[in-house]
Amino acid sequence: MSASIEERLYTIRYKADEQSHLIVKDQEVCAQCPSKDCLFFCPADVYDWDEGTRTLSIAYENCVECGTCRLGCSEQNIEWKYPMGGYGIAYKLG
Amino acid sequence: MAEERFDCVVVGGGPAGAAAAYTMAKAGLKVALIDRGEFPGAKNVFGGVLFRSQLEDLLPEFWKEAPLERLIVEERLMLLDEQGMVTLSHRNPGFADPPNSWSAMRAQFDAWFAGKAEKAGAVPVYQTTVTELLQEGDRVVGVRTDREDGDLYADIVIVADGVNSLLGKALGVHREWQPDEVSLGVKEIIHLPRNVIESRFNLEGNEGASIEFLGDTLGMTGLGFLYTNKESISIGVGIMVNDLQKARVKPYAVLDHVKQHPYIRKLIAGGEVEEYAAHLIPEGGFHSMPPLAGNGWMICGDAAQMVNAVNGEGTNLAVLSGRLAGETAILAHVRGDYSLGMLDHYNESIRASIVFKDLKKYSGIHGLLSGPERRVLFGKLPGVLNESISDYMSVNGITKEEKQKMLIHQLRDAAGGNVELLRLGLKGWRAINR
Ligand SMILES: Cc1cc2nc3c(=O)[nH]c(=O)nc-3n(C[C@H](O)[C@H](O)[C@H](O)COP(=O)(O)OP(=O)(O)OC[C@H]3O[C@@H](n4cnc5c(N)ncnc54)[C@H](O)[C@@H]3O)c2cc1C
Ligand code: SF4
Ligand code: SF4
Repeated sequence: MSASIEERLYTIRYKADEQSHLIVKDQEVCAQCPSKDCLFFCPADVYDWDEGTRTLSIAYENCVECGTCRLGCSEQNIEWKYPMGGYGIAYKLG
Repeated sequence: MAEERFDCVVVGGGPAGAAAAYTMAKAGLKVALIDRGEFPGAKNVFGGVLFRSQLEDLLPEFWKEAPLERLIVEERLMLLDEQGMVTLSHRNPGFADPPNSWSAMRAQFDAWFAGKAEKAGAVPVYQTTVTELLQEGDRVVGVRTDREDGDLYADIVIVADGVNSLLGKALGVHREWQPDEVSLGVKEIIHLPRNVIESRFNLEGNEGASIEFLGDTLGMTGLGFLYTNKESISIGVGIMVNDLQKARVKPYAVLDHVKQHPYIRKLIAGGEVEEYAAHLIPEGGFHSMPPLAGNGWMICGDAAQMVNAVNGEGTNLAVLSGRLAGETAILAHVRGDYSLGMLDHYNESIRASIVFKDLKKYSGIHGLLSGPERRVLFGKLPGVLNESISDYMSVNGITKEEKQKMLIHQLRDAAGGNVELLRLGLKGWRAINR
């Protein structure tokens, strides 16, 4: 009865802001980053690496605002802010 | 918002901030309680169980009206290996009378608790993110929010903004947390009918059970939990971020792994995931606690790493620290002195409280959980213990004396020899006895 990450995220209520609260500071740093740990440790699969365009994409609408990438990106290449007040994740249960 | 002056602005409507705001508002101070969530609690996650003691000091008999799930009457500690488990379980009528703890949901409890502060007179400023602290020289004088004209001025700012504490970081009170000072908790709330929960866990009425487990988190430093709610089960794992970085597994894969354990699987079988959640847990403990006060500010709760990871206590320490900060603010208000010299009183109250004393007692735990010993503790030991106990309990013609020897040998080998076993035991003992 393991749900996929999509099914899991579907259980959470969000009010998505129009702007991303997560910004890659320098795509080149990601391109050079050997480990790309963010593709693993994020509990909401927000980060995705596109080999074709060689860019790191951010599905910020799915972010649960845990802060792991803020501390876990060894290059400190994520500019991490909170979404605007009232936006972002809104748990029903928590 | 027109420029407004408060006696105190509290940033964060979690248990720490709500406790501080309630304490001050009740004493007649003019207080603003700011939270960035749609409502206080909307951003918050815990295991979790709420403990009675520190909340009761603030709100006598709160449990008669607070939104709580089940009264915890049984606690189990479980050591899991891949297929088996060794359990220590405790149930005793005296343990739940007076109540010790309840399972709860934070989105509901925090909203209720902040409501108490509002009723006492605190001004709610929700759906509002504080973007920076306003400073004059070395003194904090207010906050800037993301609202239009959103500056709020106050004699004191209480920083209760949780584990990520961007404000604490901006104040420079703590350097950024290292990946071994925080764990990522991932959790699911799984719906099950009331009667199924009661029969699976041997409960009746509003009785509840809690299970904490260790091991089988794919060898990483991790602890798991399972709590019964009225009509659901909260299950989750917490994994140290540095291990998560190295292991390159998805955090929810660790949770899936645990959910498939033969023993756990049957406890949650047939249930449907109601909500998925993830949140950081401060794990640095005693040595990660920053300075707690300065000119015009105090910091409490998770923002100051006040979590006792050994006993799963966080909300209670947050409540206590919030109350102590609130009480210091009241004194400062009476004296009209908001300098570090005055607010250091909060620091002293914390030092005299269980926050400081318990974290100090367990100050070695962080080293144990982030050092090389964790491979043994979370990797080999649970497996070997499970096997050895199976051997010991099997009736197979081998004498008990022989079995006892085997058990000790197996444990010793898992730790890497006698000396290592002794060292691990000693280190474990010291970690919880300072
Ligand atoms: C998986 C997990 C399991 C846990 N299990 C337990 C348990 O069983 N029992 C227990 O007692 N503890 C448990 N804890 C710990 C407990 O949740 C925390 O210790 C507790 O929530 C700390 O309270 P706090 O008020 O300091 O912070 P929080 O509860 O995090 O509250 C911080 C508040 O500040 C707000 N905020 C943050 N930044 C801003 C800003 N810039 N502007 C405006 N608002 C802001 C947030 O919206 C939030 O409401 C657990 C934690 C986790 C993650
Ligand atoms: S870990 Fe950091 S630097 Fe590496 S790819 Fe991810 S965001 Fe970029
Ligand atoms: S804050 Fe957490 S959920 Fe959001 S992108 Fe970073 S790791 Fe993923």
